Amino acid sequence: MATKVFMEALSPTMEEGKVVSWEKNEGDAVKTGDVLAEVETDKAVMELQARGDGVLRKVLAAEGATVEVGKLVAVIAAPDEDITELLGEAGDGKRGSQHETADEPVAAKRTPAAAPAERPREPSRAPTPAPATTPAPAPGGGGITVAERVKASPLARRIAAERGIDLTIIRGTGPAGRIIQRDVEAAERAPRAAPAPVYAADGYEDVGLSQMRKTIAKRLVESIGPIPHFFLTAEVDMERTADARQALNALGEEPKISFNDIILKIVAMALTRHRACNAWWQGDHIRYFNEVHIGMAVAIDEGLITPVIRNAHQKSLREIGREARELAERARARKLTPEEYTGATFSVSNLGMLDIDQFTAVINPPEAGILAIGAITEKPVAHEGSVVVRKRMRITMSCDHRVIDGATGARFLQSVSQMLENPLAIVW
Amino acid sequence: MSTVTYRDALNQALREEMERDPNVFLMGEEVGVYQGAYKVSRGLLERFGEQRVVDTPIAELGFAGVGVGAAMVGLRPIIEFMTWNFALLAIDEVVNSAAKMLYMSGGQMPIPIVFRGPGGAALQLGAQHSQAFESWYAHVPGLKVVAPATPYDAKGLLKSAIRDDNPVVFLEGEMLYNTKGEVPEEEYVVPLGVADVKREGTDVTVIVHSKTVAVGMKAAQQLEEEHDISAEVVDLRTIRPLDSQAIVQSVQKTNRCVIVEEGWPFCGVGAQVAFEIQRDAFDDLDAPVERVTGADVPMPYNKKLERATKPSPAAVVDAVKRVAYID
Amino acid sequence: MAQPATFSELDAERAEFYRHLLRQMLLIRRFEERAGEAYAQGKIGGFCHLYIGQEAVAVGGIAALGDDDYILASYREHGHALARGMGAREVMAELYGRVTGCARGKGGSMHLFDVSRGFLGGHAIVGGHIPLAAGTAFAAKYRGTSQVTLCFFGEAAVNIGAFHETLNMAALWKLPAIFLCENNRYGMGTALERASAVWDIAHRACSYDMASETADGMDVLAMYDSTKRAVDRARNEGLPTLIEARTYRYMGHSMADPIHGHYRTKEELEEQKQRDPIESFRQRLFDEGLLDQETNDRMVADIEEEVEDAVKFSEDSADPDDEELFTDVYRD
Repeated sequence: MATKVFMEALSPTMEEGKVVSWEKNEGDAVKTGDVLAEVETDKAVMELQARGDGVLRKVLAAEGATVEVGKLVAVIAAPDEDITELLGEAGDGKRGSQHETADEPVAAKRTPAAAPAERPREPSRAPTPAPATTPAPAPGGGGITVAERVKASPLARRIAAERGIDLTIIRGTGPAGRIIQRDVEAAERAPRAAPAPVYAADGYEDVGLSQMRKTIAKRLVESIGPIPHFFLTAEVDMERTADARQALNALGEEPKISFNDIILKIVAMALTRHRACNAWWQGDHIRYFNEVHIGMAVAIDEGLITPVIRNAHQKSLREIGREARELAERARARKLTPEEYTGATFSVSNLGMLDIDQFTAVINPPEAGILAIGAITEKPVAHEGSVVVRKRMRITMSCDHRVIDGATGARFLQSVSQMLENPLAIVW
Repeated sequence: MSTVTYRDALNQALREEMERDPNVFLMGEEVGVYQGAYKVSRGLLERFGEQRVVDTPIAELGFAGVGVGAAMVGLRPIIEFMTWNFALLAIDEVVNSAAKMLYMSGGQMPIPIVFRGPGGAALQLGAQHSQAFESWYAHVPGLKVVAPATPYDAKGLLKSAIRDDNPVVFLEGEMLYNTKGEVPEEEYVVPLGVADVKREGTDVTVIVHSKTVAVGMKAAQQLEEEHDISAEVVDLRTIRPLDSQAIVQSVQKTNRCVIVEEGWPFCGVGAQVAFEIQRDAFDDLDAPVERVTGADVPMPYNKKLERATKPSPAAVVDAVKRVAYID
Repeated sequence: MAQPATFSELDAERAEFYRHLLRQMLLIRRFEERAGEAYAQGKIGGFCHLYIGQEAVAVGGIAALGDDDYILASYREHGHALARGMGAREVMAELYGRVTGCARGKGGSMHLFDVSRGFLGGHAIVGGHIPLAAGTAFAAKYRGTSQVTLCFFGEAAVNIGAFHETLNMAALWKLPAIFLCENNRYGMGTALERASAVWDIAHRACSYDMASETADGMDVLAMYDSTKRAVDRARNEGLPTLIEARTYRYMGHSMADPIHGHYRTKEELEEQKQRDPIESFRQRLFDEGLLDQETNDRMVADIEEEVEDAVKFSEDSADPDDEELFTDVYRD
């Protein structure tokens, strides 16, 4: 039984993927779970895994080719299985085949000898091997369901259906990876974020919109675009944070603590005290979170990605530091998985290392706020009655006015500033 | 209540039913003068006389047929096979005559007969004298098949079997005759076709009958003590008609099932039970149904090999661990 | 039965009885011929074993029974059912598999039953019903009734264990049973001499110290007499008897088998037909003045009508309802 390899939706928003490299060549034996190819999505470089055993018989998308999600990119089959019909399907342009730049025998550059083997073994029986023009009825227009079979016990399926748990995000611990009752229940107890993040019911509170809030929302949208931003800027004295950082790093532990780590920690702490800023705009209601998941904007070559530090309010400075570093490295290597860059409740963007003194960051909907961190610079300031040079940093918070009012945002920012100026608050 | 052996409980059932209905008689090899090869019929000849306690020649086919013929015209024979191993000689009368007569006569002629005797694996009796026949007879529409595990059930079920208007295959456990249990002083019957939960539990259903009830109970105890697993032990008591409802109810509660029987695995009782579970409790299953059966070989004589052929508590524990995904 | 007062009354009664025997044999013959036709037309399915040639055995034997006695027969039992007084309609309808048949269409040709007449079945495992007959005889003895059991089987059945086990127990326990072996010379296609070490089947009774007789199975009166002696022995002394009726099967083993061929010659068949039980008995009645042509013709016409009526009845009858499939597997 042949297995069709499709371009899979490897991120929640992915509509097409670029084949970065093939990790298997035509003719290679492959097993379920083997990495067939690296695929670049709109967010990251992901692994395209085999969902069947056999031999990689045919590769249909060249390295560098961009392929629509759901299109056939390869065929896995038994060594002597006739796959001409399947290959015929590949030519079906129902959803447009413009991306299939497989304009030359794709694998030729790697395994030129493999290509001829793909012709039918018994030409006399198939003198005109399944012409590509045959309107093969690609089921569902080449959906990904074929490859999505999940092995789960009937009970596990039933429980998952009853409780609205997505089996595809659960790792089965039964034989051959079968998802069994305990896996579903474990998943329910400790929900893992996923393309559609699942939060425990007590992890947030949905609050209905008052008439005033509705009116504000409506009018502000009308006045300044889809998200009614306003901005709050504060300049923070960073002397004591710099001292604290130096003192901590003098302990010699690796990795070193960065300013950004301390900022993330303090923002997380402040958010627990200002739930009004730790929220999502949900159209007809606002979702206030009891947990803090901080998105951390990371610049990468092609743009920007915002990996998420989950439950940042429960993590120590060192944990946050280590995690921030790992996520940034993985982001730059484009190895983030979708659950690692979705589901933040508030974000922080730091361009201080690029010597930006002050900037405004754009909100990541449905989050209601983002904090833009500028560079720490030495400047003369009035301090205790005299002018002295001190380390100063400007921070600017972008607020969604539908969720956060001016004073609300200001009080949050005040907390952040106070803690940065007195970092002992971290252990308070 | 008084404590009696399985053997004496059966004897009580025979005696009470023969007292109750003059159409009931007992026929078989050594049932009278010898007092029964396994002494189940002890004292009955003295009480009821030669007319109603009939010693036969060694002619299973013949006297089984005599019993069916007597039932055809309204008597209620109890045909004792010295062991079910010998009843293979008589299976034509059990299957082709007794089981089918009502149907092929268009409902004219019920056959109220009980075929009974010891069966199941014994101790070092070798291949021909040591085997379980439940599934052979349970395969046949028209027959009821009963296999009690305790003195209480043995007495109550045999009384029901004797009063039933259909042919009943009543398989006694050869190794159970000396086991003891409580039996009420007062009259009672146990209805055919009703399973009994011998031990309540929540984590796994262990389905048993006849001698494997003890195996299942021991395994359940071990599972509780060593693995903190709560096993529910369901005794089928009657193989046909099967109490599917009781089975499904239990599996719906526990989500896991192990079926234990002494017979051979292929087309065994457990095969049918497993089928019904997957049909009626499919969405309740967290693991495939497991079976523990007699080994798929003729019974060896050697003691060590013989032990290895029989379902053991250890094998049941292993099977439960598999369905509970415990390594 | 009251004793006839005069010889003429005796003669009249005898004549009526003889004509009754003749009529039964004629009915069976015609019934079987029509059953064969219906089978050939595909209206009767399965195995269909015809009784043509052996009519005198069932008719003479069953005539010796009382109304409360039991009869068990093998699968070649259409004739026995008719001889016991079961209607041609319900027997033919059973062959047709109709719900109006004597077993509601669920028994078929080989399993005719009428419990109300003590007709306890056609049974289709060779010899399998012989122990059952000992059982019904056992029941009569158990209850202390005077019922006897007459069990018909073919000569091929005497080589199976059930026959010997049963004869032993019947003799041992002194059961009121008559074991009537219809020796029609062939067990399917195997002649008696090729299957049995002892060719006189009646001799088999010696092993069990049982009374036995050999009777001319082509002579209805001989069958009656022989069976009557056995019935009396069973009823009065509680003893069993083995009767060997020497008869002959005109047809193949079943409708699906050859009438002659490898196992017997056409000449043998024609020769045996010279002893035809019906023609010889009818001639005897003509000769003795117990039957005239007009009565004979009327009888034949009546039978023709009766059998045609049975065929029509069967054709017009309904199949059992689908619900009947699952009824009568168990008695509630």
